[in-house]
Formats: sequence, structure tokens, C-alpha cells
Amino acid sequence: MEEDIDTRKINNSFLRDHSYATEADIISTVEFNHTGELLATGDKGGRVVIFQREQESKNQIHRRGEYNVYSTFQSHEPEFDYLKSLEIEEKINKIRWLPQQNAAYFLLSTNDKTVKLWKVSERDKRPEGYNLKDEEGRLRDPATITTLRVPVLRPMDLMVEATPRRVFANAHTYHINSISVNSDYETYMSADDLRINLWNFEITNQSFNIVDIKPANMEELTEVITAAEFHPHHCNTFVYSSSKGTIRLCDMRASALCDRHTKFFEEPEDPSNRSFFSEIISSISDVKFSHSGRYIMTRDYLTVKVWDLNMENRPIETYQVHDYLRSKLCSLYENDCIFDKFECVWNGSDSVIMTGSYNNFFRMFDRNTKRDVTLEASRENSKPRAILKPRKVCVGGKRRKDEISVDSLDFSKKILHTAWHPSENIIAVAATNNLYIFQDKVN
Amino acid sequence: MLSKGLKRKREEEEEKESLAVDALWLDPGHAAVAQAPPAVASSSLFDLSVLKLHHSLQQSEPDLRHLVLVVNTLRRIQASMAPAAALPPVPSPPVAPSMANNLLASSDAALSASMASLLEDLSHIEGLSQAPQPLADEGPPGRSIGGAAPSLGALDLLGPASGCLLDDGLEGLFEDIDTSMYDNELWAPASEGLKPGPEDGPGKEEAPELDEAELDYLMDVLVGTQALERPPGPGR
Repeated sequence: MEEDIDTRKINNSFLRDHSYATEADIISTVEFNHTGELLATGDKGGRVVIFQREQESKNQIHRRGEYNVYSTFQSHEPEFDYLKSLEIEEKINKIRWLPQQNAAYFLLSTNDKTVKLWKVSERDKRPEGYNLKDEEGRLRDPATITTLRVPVLRPMDLMVEATPRRVFANAHTYHINSISVNSDYETYMSADDLRINLWNFEITNQSFNIVDIKPANMEELTEVITAAEFHPHHCNTFVYSSSKGTIRLCDMRASALCDRHTKFFEEPEDPSNRSFFSEIISSISDVKFSHSGRYIMTRDYLTVKVWDLNMENRPIETYQVHDYLRSKLCSLYENDCIFDKFECVWNGSDSVIMTGSYNNFFRMFDRNTKRDVTLEASRENSKPRAILKPRKVCVGGKRRKDEISVDSLDFSKKILHTAWHPSENIIAVAATNNLYIFQDKVN
Repeated sequence: MLSKGLKRKREEEEEKESLAVDALWLDPGHAAVAQAPPAVASSSLFDLSVLKLHHSLQQSEPDLRHLVLVVNTLRRIQASMAPAAALPPVPSPPVAPSMANNLLASSDAALSASMASLLEDLSHIEGLSQAPQPLADEGPPGRSIGGAAPSLGALDLLGPASGCLLDDGLEGLFEDIDTSMYDNELWAPASEGLKPGPEDGPGKEEAPELDEAELDYLMDVLVGTQALERPPGPGR
């Protein structure tokens, strides 16, 4: 057992389960489905890998259901835009699951320009006894057939196949940063730097433009859309965040083009923290509704903020992710790290929030107890089934044993994408090209 | 990572003199800085921002967020430098001498003009490949964006791989997509409408209802079989 003096823990200790190395490609998005049975990852090479949780067996009480690879497919390929003479990256920016309606699973995946709806289904039977084909699949001469038989279904090894069902293309001039499925399950939205479009799942050649912040003259451009999401219950409500640190809540019933917001969330600038980089660090990289729909959480460069939908003038909670970087902003501007876009997630009960940092660290904040913890996702520092040890960054003065100093942090190891199981304490953390899945310790 | 107070290293791409990093900059513990916004930006930060801006604009498809943030930061820096009496002579990077000259002018107008021209270039590039522009006024609800682009008639010659979706090109999209399940497959409950099909034997002994997916597959098989039966060519 650990003998650390630092005993801050969130809920229970976390056990490290497996480390799944997904080839050499960098993971660009991670998402659990609505039941938590499936976990999807997208990578820079345009591939999607889906993991499925094992059924829990009575024989192995200590092994909670673990995640194994269920399906892998190439979602997007690199494309070439002939009009602009440039390549369109195949990197998967976001994956969003649809709620399950039948035996098949459906998910949306998007790169910079095109959204695709994928169907993932199982096949464990195949037809045998064709009339016109023999057992090897060769065509038979119809003249030789004297009797007809009815093909029958015979069991076969389970095969999981992914097929593209819809392709929603050519609706975005700028880079898509977000997709969000509406609670009506009939529509979804896709957001790029300047516009947000509303789609019906059945219609691929047309979409409605619901937000457009492109100025008449591009030289007047001072703000872009950074993230957008539908309200989890109200199908007419959505929010979008901007590079200036603002969040706008819009109601689609108000007008067809939601350029005028219903609510506007912005925290006044703290004059003591003002610098030339104030705007950059205020740029919101992710916005997420709580499961309850009462709150939104935003991530900017140094903090995570929780906002009450009923209070627009300031957040109700602010959590410092890595405030020790505040004195390093100039260097981080120079090496472009200041532009990194971190995501943030709620746990199933909205009581804990999680976000990533550098050096493969990620942070969790318990909103009730106000405790926080820093953990690390790396093979060197944790063995399978070991309890994760809390980490600490030394900001000055004497560095204790096991602490790491700010200058020793590895800024190339950034945790931008994390996901939390919808109901259990299972988290997925993407560290560059590795996926870590952590579970609550089984007592 | 830069350490505090160290001189910047000479970079190979540019032939600028090594500029001392303004220590005032990196140390917020400095009383004057902590209490009030920094009065004057160092010229190195200014140059850095100019370089970033230029680098961003040189990309074939700039990251708009990055570009906007750098431009806004540069405006702030320039605004703080304008009232300063003596600006240290800023060596112009070889990549953009004219731009550096423009930026040396201490008036906002000059900066705005150069920024404007750069951003306008960007918008011209964007304008070429856009679908029909949304109207400035509120048009009829639900104007479509993803449809055809009739104004780009001359560019149709580029062929099916063009960036814009033409009416004819729509069909091409679906060629390799299985669209036989277009009808309500997403949201339909386990279908009762579909004929159970002529299957026999183990099908009946097992659960009476087949999976919708299996029914679809069966339909495929049956439709495919029918297609095979019809001999190709005219007349029968």
C-alpha cells in the first residue's frame, strides 16, 4: 500500500487496467456510448476503434468487465480539395454515439469537413443453400438446376461489421470542431469556426444554418466558434463557446438563424491577471452540459469553470488546472502550447469533473468536497492493477521527494481527450497514441 | 522552453539579431507588473507574433482560431507600443520586409490596413470554394448550405472531385454506400411489416422473430438472387 503523506483521493482509488497501444497513431477523440458498454476512439489516421466491455463473469469476481477491441474501421480517408488545392486531413475530430434503438449501434464521426453516420452491427449467421451459386460461390448454370431449395441460416463466427449509412458533406467551409446529437434523436448539429449547421439524419444533401458569425468583411473577424453542444433534454436549446471566452445559449424556437443569443455567459476579466495573453488563455476549448442539464462546464487554458444556466455574469465554480503555468505563458506562446485545446468531462452524477494537463497528467475535481487530485497516465509509473498514485507539481521552494518541478514537465505529453463512463467510475484517458482505461478499485 | 532572462537563441530561418528577452515580461512577481497591466511589450514579443501571424497565413488552409488569436494579441501589443517614444529598431525578417515596415509605423491605421489586406486574401480564397453565401438578412427559414453551387459553372470542368457538390455529383456519393435501408431503418422497431421470408428449418425452431439486420440481409440475398435470374441484354 502506498505510504504517501498526501492522501487526497477522489471517491476511491483508481486501478489501472490495461494500456492499449493503438498502433502509432495519435488518438484524437474518445467517447463512451450511452450505456458505457462501448468505447470509441478516433485517431489522426482517420480510423475508429471501438472497445466493448466484457460481460462480468461469476468466476472472476475480481475482474470487472474489461474492455476489448470490438471493431476497427477506416472512417475517413485523406481527401484533396481541388478548388483550394489542399489536402483535407482524415483526422477524426469528434465521435458521438446515437442512443441505441435496435441491435445495431450507430455513431457519428467527423473530420474537418465531412460528418459520417456509421452503423456497427453483428452477424453470427449466414445463409447457405443458394440455388444459383454453389458452396464455393461459383455461379451455376441455370439450365442444370432441376430443383429449388430454400437458403437457410447457419451459425457462423461472430463478425462485427461497420458500414457507412450517411455521408454529410460539403456544408462546411471552415474546420468542423464539434458535433452534437439532439435529444429528439432526429437531428444533430455540426459546428465549424464560423457557422453551425443543423442536420436531419435522413437528409444528407441539405442542412440548415442556425448560427453564422462570419463578418461581411473578413478583416473584421475577431472571434471564432470553438465548441457547441445541444442541451441534453431540451431539443430546442444549445450552447456554443468562442475564442473570446464567452458562451452563448440559443433557442431555436426564437428564430431560424440563432445569431442573437438567449443568454450570454462571460466572466469579467480579473485586472490583476491581465496580460497580453489574456485573450488566448480565455479562449474556451470545450463546453459540456451536465447530465442534469442545469449546468455547463467550460475549459480554457488554465481553468475549468462551472456555470449555472441561470447566472450569466460569472461562473459558480472555478477550478485551477495548472496555475503554475501562468508565469510561463510567454514561453508557452512561443512553442504554441498555449493554443492546445483540452477537453473536460463530467462523471455520471455530475459530482466530479475531469480534464487533462501536460506531462500525461490529468486532474479530477470533486465539486462537493472541493478536493482535487492529479494523476498520471503512463506505463512507467504504474503497473497493471496498481493503485494510481497522486502526483504533485512543485511550484517553488523546496521540492519534496516524488514531486515534479514545473521546469521538468514534458509539454509534448498532453492529455487532451478523456471520457467518463455514463454511470460507473470508469474513465478513458488518451495519452498521445495510448489509451488508458482506469476503474474504481474493487474492495 | 525558455528560461527566465536568457537570450533567445538565433534561429536558422531568420537572420535577426539575438534579442534579449525582456525580464519584466516573464516575471509577474515583479511588483509593477503584478499590480498593473504591462505598460510596454518587448519588441521580441512583437516580432514573435508577427512571425506567427505570417506563418499562419502562409499555410494553405490556416487554422482560423490560431490566426484570430494571434492577430488580436498582435493588436494589443501594437497598441501598447504605439505611445512609446523610442522603439528599438526592429530588424525585418526576410520573409516579410514590407509587412515589417508597415508594422513599424506606430499608427493603428497602418497595422489595420496590413492586417486587413492579409485577411482579405484569406477571404478571397475562402470565397472561391464556398457554397452559396448565406444572405446578410434573414432569409426564409432553413436556407440550405450544402446544395449545388450554380455560380461556379466554369469550375464544373474540374470534374467530380471538385470541392462543391453539384446536383449530378450527389449520386456519386451514394455509389458505394448501401442505401437499400433508407427507409426508417434507424428508428424502426423490430419490423413486423417485412415478410419473414421463405426460410425454414432452424429458423423456425429458434426464436420466431428474426433480427431486423438479418431480415435486411435476407432481403439483400433474395433481391440479389432475382437480379441474377434475369438474363442481361434486350428482349427475352
